[in-house]
Amino acid sequence: MNHTRTDILVGIFVLVGITCLGYLAIRLGKLELFGSQGYVLTADFASVAGLKPGDPVEIAGVKVGRVEAMTLAEDKARLTLRLNDGVKFQEDVIASVRARGLIGDKFVLVSPGASDKIIPPGGKIRETDSQPDIPDLIGKIVGGDLTSKGDKKDDSQKK
Amino acid sequence: MIAFIGRLGQFSIDRVAAMGKMFNFLLAAFMLVFRRPAKLNLIVYHIKTIGVDSLSVVALSGFFTGMVMGFQGYYSLRKFSAESFLGSAAALGLIRELGPVLSAFMVTGRTGSAMAAELGTMRATEQIDALDSMAINPVKYLVSPRIIAGLIAMPLLTAIFDVIGIFGSYLVGVSMLGVSSGSFFAGIENSVVFHDVYSGFVKSISFGLIITWICCYKGFNAPPMATGVSQATTESVVLSFVLILVWDYFLTSIML
Repeated sequence: MNHTRTDILVGIFVLVGITCLGYLAIRLGKLELFGSQGYVLTADFASVAGLKPGDPVEIAGVKVGRVEAMTLAEDKARLTLRLNDGVKFQEDVIASVRARGLIGDKFVLVSPGASDKIIPPGGKIRETDSQPDIPDLIGKIVGGDLTSKGDKKDDSQKK
Repeated sequence: MIAFIGRLGQFSIDRVAAMGKMFNFLLAAFMLVFRRPAKLNLIVYHIKTIGVDSLSVVALSGFFTGMVMGFQGYYSLRKFSAESFLGSAAALGLIRELGPVLSAFMVTGRTGSAMAAELGTMRATEQIDALDSMAINPVKYLVSPRIIAGLIAMPLLTAIFDVIGIFGSYLVGVSMLGVSSGSFFAGIENSVVFHDVYSGFVKSISFGLIITWICCYKGFNAPPMATGVSQATTESVVLSFVLILVWDYFLTSIML
């Protein structure tokens, strides 16, 4: 087999190009070629405003998974979390949606529990905690009605 | 008055006819790709002229674009003390917009103009007619391999541009301006999703088609004179640039 200089140059070019494309798609774009790894848990939240699929799930600041899907289940937001194998959640863990800084990205923070029982794959995190929205809080402070917000909501729903 | 309306009508009919001719040309070139014999070695040769030969200029422009993104992003983000978003700003800008468009511009200037001039000279020196008289279909022999090579080479060049650009902005942001390396890459990995890479990929493929199509058409149908060749080259570069920007707008609004 004798290849010309052109063949070899084009071969190198294609290799380099595909490497770059692969780096962009798999490393940065998180394309899953070999099926998805890890296991799935669900959790219901009162509000997940600002969270997007792909945002990280963290325990004590360490990334252990990501948000795979967000759906609506009986007036609550149901998150599907894909967690790395080897990460075990006790039954009484508390999941909450937090923000990094005032305008930072949202993420799901999981505080470890003390129970001996582990949530099996496909199970559900029972304890969730929805952080109040910061713009919402500012609005309440400025408007001066930290208590009457709930009543107003009921009124508007009745109309 | 009647004369004016008549001229307007004539003008419109001419434009539409020219567009139809261009589309027919593309269609013919595509159909001939699938007719035997396959010209694989010609495709490889044109990947070399489009891809390998443009690599240095694409890499250089990608590197400097990335470095500029690093500087500009840093000075805008510093006002909100959000320097840690530099990585995601630079990477998203490069992958979604600047990578495909600027590498397409580079290829148009580097290879598209050469393509139009080459085909225009072949037309002027009656080499295309000679191919015809030897029962070699000139569109299949000259145009189809270039279009296929453009479709293959453009996405690869764009990916190389993106990666080198991100490296350039890393160099400026992290090494010169002191953004933390961790937050630079974490910002990229958190903000870039597969859809961004995919939309850049689709853009670069369509730009590859636009460049090879316009430049081959203009060269192939150049008036057989010296001025015809120069006119075809100018027209092909200008039209490619305009079409790339217009098509980029439409693709962005569709895929955003």
